[in-house]
Amino acid sequence: MNFPELHIDFMSKRKISAAISGSLVLLSLIAMSVVGLNLGLDFTGGTLVEVEFADPVGPSEVRQLLDENGFANGIVQYFGTERDLLIRMPPQNDTAQANLGDQILATLRSQYPDVVMRQSNYVGPAVGEELTEDGGLALLAALFVVMLYILFRFTKHFSVGAVVALIHDVLIVLGIFAVTQWTFDLSVLAALLAVIGYSLNDTIVVSDRIRENFRKIRKATPVAVINTSLNQTLSRTLVTSMTTLFVLVALLIAGGEMIRGFAMALTIGVVVGTYSSIYIAANMLLFLNISREDLLIPAKENPDSAVP
Amino acid sequence: MARSRGLVGESLLGMSKASSRPPNTSSLGRYLLILFLVVIGGIYAAPNLYQPDPALQIKSTNQANPLDQSVVDRVVAELRSQGITVIGSEVIGNAALIRVDTDENQLRARDLAAAVLNPESDGRYVVALHRASTTPQWLRDVGGKPMSLGLDLSGGVHFLLQVDMEKFLGDRMRNNAEAIRDLLVDNRIRYVGREWVVGQQLNIGFQSEQARDAAREVISTTYDDFRILERPVDNRPGLRLSLRDAKIRELEGFAIAQNLQSLRKRVNELGVSEPLVQRLGRSRIVLDLPGVQDSARAKEIINKFANLEFRLVALPNVRPSQTEILEYEGAPVVLEIKNIVTGDQVTNAIQEYDPDSGMPQVSITLDNDGGRAMNEVTKAHIGDSMAILYKELKVRSRTVIEDGEEVLKPYTVEERRLINVATIQSALGFRFRITGLELGEARDLALLLRAGALAAPMYIVEERTVGASLGKENIDKGSQSIAIGFALVLIFMLIYYKWFGFAANIALTVNLVLLVAVMSVLGATLTLPGIAGIVLTVGMAVDANVLIFERIREELKQRSPQQAISAGFDRALLTILDANITTFFVAIILLSIGSGPVKGFAVTLAVGIVTSMFTAILGTRALVNLMYGGRTLERLAI
Repeated sequence: MNFPELHIDFMSKRKISAAISGSLVLLSLIAMSVVGLNLGLDFTGGTLVEVEFADPVGPSEVRQLLDENGFANGIVQYFGTERDLLIRMPPQNDTAQANLGDQILATLRSQYPDVVMRQSNYVGPAVGEELTEDGGLALLAALFVVMLYILFRFTKHFSVGAVVALIHDVLIVLGIFAVTQWTFDLSVLAALLAVIGYSLNDTIVVSDRIRENFRKIRKATPVAVINTSLNQTLSRTLVTSMTTLFVLVALLIAGGEMIRGFAMALTIGVVVGTYSSIYIAANMLLFLNISREDLLIPAKENPDSAVP
Repeated sequence: MARSRGLVGESLLGMSKASSRPPNTSSLGRYLLILFLVVIGGIYAAPNLYQPDPALQIKSTNQANPLDQSVVDRVVAELRSQGITVIGSEVIGNAALIRVDTDENQLRARDLAAAVLNPESDGRYVVALHRASTTPQWLRDVGGKPMSLGLDLSGGVHFLLQVDMEKFLGDRMRNNAEAIRDLLVDNRIRYVGREWVVGQQLNIGFQSEQARDAAREVISTTYDDFRILERPVDNRPGLRLSLRDAKIRELEGFAIAQNLQSLRKRVNELGVSEPLVQRLGRSRIVLDLPGVQDSARAKEIINKFANLEFRLVALPNVRPSQTEILEYEGAPVVLEIKNIVTGDQVTNAIQEYDPDSGMPQVSITLDNDGGRAMNEVTKAHIGDSMAILYKELKVRSRTVIEDGEEVLKPYTVEERRLINVATIQSALGFRFRITGLELGEARDLALLLRAGALAAPMYIVEERTVGASLGKENIDKGSQSIAIGFALVLIFMLIYYKWFGFAANIALTVNLVLLVAVMSVLGATLTLPGIAGIVLTVGMAVDANVLIFERIREELKQRSPQQAISAGFDRALLTILDANITTFFVAIILLSIGSGPVKGFAVTLAVGIVTSMFTAILGTRALVNLMYGGRTLERLAI
């Protein structure tokens, strides 16, 4: 099995792709500011209890039971099966909020003796705030370190290109989470950072080839060089994306509810990341007017790339 | 040919530097080195194959109740008579281990064993659920141990506790105020007012500037811990004392250390066999209790701040400023403020029953100083009354405006109650009994006195409880995901790259083994996000091989098969390094900010990157060399 030798003129579509990416990013930003992310317990604080009933039970009857016992304004929803319910309470203006989960369980047990506690979480408001801050900080730190490393290994053109591509990927994943209102919790944040790692991986492989070809091919326009490079790396880009998607599908199918958000974010991230390493990163190079002269001095630690 | 040799000679890791050797062969030493690493990896990954036995761990809380084979035999006999299969039992030091066959029987066995060992439910022995290692001795001898499972896989409770340092430091300042007052009195320096403590500061007013300066002199020569500023107090000359930062750090460290120690003891008494009790940052403590399902009981014990004070009922000649009034059975009682002894001086406490009345009581043993003080005071006051004050700190919260935002802030209030007021019949010594508590209170008090008091109150800022059923399900789902993902990748690689794919698949398998081995040796904890990290590593680890193989395909258009193989490996190397180093950075960032789920994921990601580079570059190269090296190839199936 082999890809045929490809000569796809990627860069002729670069204006269209830029327009698509631009509007996707814009839509994501709008979705995030208008609808907002459905932040999970990790960030909002509060109490979350997952229980399993012996028989299927409706969220509304459970909600009513809780209301009657003074646990108002909680969210009750199915979690995976019709016997699993997730009960989420916002932070309480109350003294004993660390015990709220126990009280809810006790109330449920009084009505449904067979109820099994699957998980019970309480996050204090201060901790939630810290996690939000640390999370945002981590994303920024990751982008910054990446930018520095690429600046050191390549040139500022590649550095800017890679970071723009990464921001593009992260924003689109965030946008989709805002539109779908999937819960954004710590594991999704971890997935976002993994997306940065993954997408970067792709971008570097492509950049590496672009640099190599700029040095090797003497008489060609930057557009032609980039097109050649993209075609040469295309099969690798697709194969790696495919194997990664294989395992992500395995996680989505078999991984269960607890890592669904994580697997979902990564799946979207891998697809968007594959696209962005082809179109965004390379596009940025042209946008920044990269030329052969920018790359002619070979890096010292890279002697063999000078082979004709 | 010359060009080919030049290219090989330039290879980065010196993989084929010896140009006298046929193309794409490696020295025997290299093969052996790789084989050696793989075998080592296999050995250290192997302990994970041995499922631990469900077991009971029994410990004695008291030297009076030794733990020997006869005790264990009694428990085993009882378990067997109730139809529980006991696989084995052993006494190791001051703990005993009894292995049973199933998890269900483990729970039943714990209750049975506790009933046999503690017939009066007085906590002489602690029975904990345990997962007993079944790793063969020779593996353990070389340091092999399985990865420990995170709470999301084993089930259990995780707490993040905030130590209330404000309260703690405030209390310390109150003690300091007492000491400084004594110091000023001793030096005949006149001060004004009694309420000196404001938050964590002391504001002391004086009659005159001379008095203030004299006080400043004597305080600063006696104590080294304060920053002293001259500030008027109520329009009089005054001093403001606050603790130096270094002293605050020291006190915080002390409070945390004391709380950690007390928590460890408390948790042991709860019957948790492998708890994690650890400081986090300046004022927080992490507490992980694997296997615990009843978080309510755990909370009662870990967060309880109860203490006792023994005081004299004030005689009429005691100055009113040295007394306070408390209520006992509906009537006011005037107590001296000064303690005779407190619960901090208790070395042992056991909950028992009064043989006459059958009421619960706590038998207390004091330490040397406490015993002496108790003896002296009671000897001098036979016929007078002594009161026992029970103090408990409870967490409340209130809404305060902070930076223009309403935030909920927990604070602690002290609840005090006289549990006993009695006439001193005779001089008391090191050991005595107290009554007047209900059973639950008596049991908890005995436990808390035994464990030692918390230096500072704490409140829970985060709690995560995972039920045993969910833990088990997470393990099953996690291993299924790995199996499915792994199989899909293996099949794909085999179809797409044929024999090269086969080599990559072996490398990938070895990668998994090495990943598990490194995680085990590092003592890393496996969590569900960690499993997700392994799955992702499987998907991404082949990337290095894909890069190499694609490059070989490209090179094949211009070169002979052997040259293409060599060039493919060499040329792809730098790209692989670049791509992996950046991903590694991201993993490190994840690790450093990481709490809980993020950390578990980051660890596997980081370790996976390192092991996959080894297997994909060196391992695959060795395999490909073994398969194709030194042969004359017309064409290459890739």
